[in-house]
Amino acid sequence: MNLSLRVLAVATAVLIGVGFALVFFYVPNEADQGFIQKIFYLHVPLAVIALGGFVLAGIHAIRHLRTGDPVHDARAYVSIHTSVIFGVAVLITGAIWAKASWGRWWVWDEPTLVSFLIVFLLYATYYPLRYAIPDRERQGRYASVFAITAGAFVPLNFMAVRAAESLVHPRTFATADGGLTGKMWLTFLVCFAGMAALWWTLVRFELTAKRTSGQISRLRRALDGTAPAGGVAARIAPGATR
Amino acid sequence: MNAPPSTRAVIATLLGKDLRVELRTLQSVPAMVLFSTTIYVIFRFGLDRTELAGPLAAGVLLVTILFAALLAINRLFVAEREQGGFEAIRLAPVDGTALFFAKAAALVVYLVALEVVALPVFWLFFLDSGEGLLPLLPVLLLLDVAFAVTGALISPIATNSTARDLIGPLILLPLLVPPMIAASAAGQRVLAAAGPDYDRYGTWLGILGLYDLIFLLIGWAVFDFLLED
Repeated sequence: MNLSLRVLAVATAVLIGVGFALVFFYVPNEADQGFIQKIFYLHVPLAVIALGGFVLAGIHAIRHLRTGDPVHDARAYVSIHTSVIFGVAVLITGAIWAKASWGRWWVWDEPTLVSFLIVFLLYATYYPLRYAIPDRERQGRYASVFAITAGAFVPLNFMAVRAAESLVHPRTFATADGGLTGKMWLTFLVCFAGMAALWWTLVRFELTAKRTSGQISRLRRALDGTAPAGGVAARIAPGATR
Repeated sequence: MNAPPSTRAVIATLLGKDLRVELRTLQSVPAMVLFSTTIYVIFRFGLDRTELAGPLAAGVLLVTILFAALLAINRLFVAEREQGGFEAIRLAPVDGTALFFAKAAALVVYLVALEVVALPVFWLFFLDSGEGLLPLLPVLLLLDVAFAVTGALISPIATNSTARDLIGPLILLPLLVPPMIAASAAGQRVLAAAGPDYDRYGTWLGILGLYDLIFLLIGWAVFDFLLED
């Protein structure tokens, strides 16, 4: 377990290092936007992976409700947690890109970014929801219902926001499949793999940390002579367990 | 041994119970009507406008209905929690999902009752002509269903948490952005100052209908897990 986490961490560092090296030294500046367009290699992979993480959390949540195994709840929690952190980075890099391209920190006619903000606002309520339900088993169940609902909401939301904008405003910059050359594709894919590895490492790290601290408190309780409790799931919302 | 009652019969019974309680106590609908009228007054001064058309008209009307809906959604399961309704439905040999459908149907009834009053008041306060209101009705109905199905799904979560009045609106508002986008887009065109315009009217109704359908299916699939204990 620890060894593979270490391998994963090293692979992540290498992939991100190579990705950034490609961004700065290999891939040419895009003709229209110049150097600032290179934030694309950071912003887009972060966004795609954050959204993928949200959907993955929904799948873990389905498995949690089906099996009742709290491990799946812990996975859903950590997936959402990591994706929300990625989401902050997406909104910041998006704002920087908007400032550089259009001179303003926020533009409402960019449907992808607006959709992302709405999804982010929804998932930000996951924490107050969890912490407001004291009973741990019920907390897990309700959180899974939330994760499934929100996971289905993600594509629906993108559709509605896109419909509100696309016919009125022509898209200012095409997404990945538009005007990318071979070099750009290669760089994008390496950066994408790097960010995916980073997400995976963070998820694995947090799960391992929660499992370990769960084991420690179990051992401590065994030493005290009281009944053991909880596994990974016991560590999700520590404030609520007491 | 009697066979357990059909889900449809259970839904009808629960819905009848909710409507009877509402008629006797008048807990939700009068409060929603009063609330929305006051919100109109606040918008009149907040926007400093005495007449509204197009996007502003749609925005004021739909946001007011959204806030009024949140009032009803917050109260939707309070009686179930305080008087043991959740336990009762768990113990009864019936499909718990019936509670979801009954509560969603009750919410639609409340919202339609609200609109029966709030729409004429809106016309009286702000509109030049009422010709945009007729094509607005299907939009409002689909929007009511969207509020109702998401509300009936999220409300028990909020009601069983320690931060009840906070959690419900916090989760619901982002969830309700897509139907609000679609309803405002259709509404602002039918309420345009130059008379109703049906540009992409069908598309927006389609998006609203799709949203309603998806959340109805989600509620159907997961509501049972909110009842277990």
